Amino acid sequence: MTEIFGVPVAVILGQLMLGLVNGSFYALLSLGLAVIFGLMGVVNFAHGAFYALGAFAALLGLQWFGINYWAALLLAPLAVGLLGILCERLFLRRLYGLDPLYGLLLTFGLALVIEGCLHEKFGASGQSYPVPPALEGALNLGFMILPEYRGWVIIVSLLVCFGTWFIIERTRLGATLRAATENAPLLQAFGVNVPLLVALTYGGGVALAALAGVLSAPIILVSAHMGSSLVIVVFAVVVIGGMGSILGSIVSGLLLGVAEGFTKVIYPEASNVIVFVIMALVLILRPAGLFGKD
Amino acid sequence: MRAAPAFYCLAVLFALCAPFLGVYPVFMMKLLCFAMFACAYNLLLGFSGMLSFGHAAFFGSAAYATAWLVAAHGWSTVPAILCGVLVSGFLGLIIGAIAIRRHGIYFAMITLALAQLVYFVCLEAPFTGGENGLQGVPRGTLLGILPLRSDITMYYFVLAAFLAVFIFIRRVIHSPFGQVLKAIRDNEPRALSLGYEIERYKLLAFVLSASLAGLAGSLKALVLGFVTLSDVLQANSGEVILMTLVGGTGTFVGPVVGAAIVVTLQEYLSDIVGGWVTVIIGAVFVICVLVFRRGIVGELAALRRLSGGSSPDRA
Repeated sequence: MTEIFGVPVAVILGQLMLGLVNGSFYALLSLGLAVIFGLMGVVNFAHGAFYALGAFAALLGLQWFGINYWAALLLAPLAVGLLGILCERLFLRRLYGLDPLYGLLLTFGLALVIEGCLHEKFGASGQSYPVPPALEGALNLGFMILPEYRGWVIIVSLLVCFGTWFIIERTRLGATLRAATENAPLLQAFGVNVPLLVALTYGGGVALAALAGVLSAPIILVSAHMGSSLVIVVFAVVVIGGMGSILGSIVSGLLLGVAEGFTKVIYPEASNVIVFVIMALVLILRPAGLFGKD
Repeated sequence: MRAAPAFYCLAVLFALCAPFLGVYPVFMMKLLCFAMFACAYNLLLGFSGMLSFGHAAFFGSAAYATAWLVAAHGWSTVPAILCGVLVSGFLGLIIGAIAIRRHGIYFAMITLALAQLVYFVCLEAPFTGGENGLQGVPRGTLLGILPLRSDITMYYFVLAAFLAVFIFIRRVIHSPFGQVLKAIRDNEPRALSLGYEIERYKLLAFVLSASLAGLAGSLKALVLGFVTLSDVLQANSGEVILMTLVGGTGTFVGPVVGAAIVVTLQEYLSDIVGGWVTVIIGAVFVICVLVFRRGIVGELAALRRLSGGSSPDRA
């Protein structure tokens, strides 16, 4: 077997594949952040909390009502998305027109409340969620054995990400959304219900986070703080990609997942911080982010 | 302006007598450390308009540096504190230089991410004790003559340091440098067009704020005798924002009031409600942002202005 830097190629490819799985989560989460930011100018600090809520919705749905994985994949994002809409109507709506920093602070407070409640109700230790029976097998890719479920995660994330991109960039609904980003009062004058659009967008972005939560439930332990450090990584991803860009957030999410996987092979100690180091480098070389315009 | 000196005299008098009024000195010291931390933070958020989400990195790194020098290398107290301040100031120079390349929410997100990097370094570095942190940090003696073991002596040392920092920040804000900072906060393009080198001013403000946050961290490490990862954790950055916000950003007394409220809440509520204290802190955050964005002192000052009086505390 050939080697690079004294590491077998198969190991590198294996880690890159696992990095791609992580990257799928980064892409889904940063996409949701980018959609919300694009229309509302709000940096949603509660994104990690909604991600955790998605996983808990799936877990509790299974434990209390026997809702299986496939139904949870649809129902959990829906439920969390509705909760998101409620939060937007109750709280965020009052901050429009103010400094966007207030949105960041408010959602930070929301994250504390949500994660604190989950922590007190379900404890600090994580709970496991069973892998759905249809995806229990493993695929032999030649260079590694990939659990089918992880392959499924990559496929679903890619489909959802590019589906969202397609809706926003190529459909009439997306055109309306983008118009609201450009000039909300004018769009309102044309008879479009902009507040409704904004609420639905926040719900949609939050639902994407919840979907990521459901997808991750069978891989990691479901716990209250599963999203609290992840959201910081995703923030860094978004800074690297450039905040306004939908495609940028998807691509940089995937790339950074892979970069992280690669670091695990070369220099494992740095794998936790590589995303932040890359962020610092990007800021020094290209302050607007890789895909940003401003 | 007449109310201000009387208010300050009363506050200082209370602080001087506090140990004899039955207030637990360690609690007061913790409160003063966080009040200093919040004042340092306010220098950045309130007077320079930069919302950093990573100030725990400076607080924590200085705390680790001081504790490590004292506990593992037997340094005496004052040099160890100064070294801690240097470490956080240097860290502030690096993080600040990167973060001030962007504004507003980007600035917040960048400081958050870089502080997370510092957190991971503290988690994995060989001298920080990992998950355990550093325990049993001795307080030492002040300049080789005054032992700080007694809580009362330590209390007056911390109080003196706090008052010095408070006066220093007032001095900085009222200096020409502080005026330029406020000009940048209120209208950056205009300050730029007037020929000020904005980046240098912002960076200096950032380094100052980081160093003073570090001083607070170093003192806290000595007061409590331990440093843990929670000192560098993102939650700590959030708390200092909350203290400043609750008390009133851009006021001198606000952060002190905010720190007093938050520390007291944490100290006494955690006995009653346990872990729900995080939820309460989060709820206070939400209410603060929604209902009184000027903070307690800021709202009081606004009330005074409305009723025709002059405000004691608006810079």
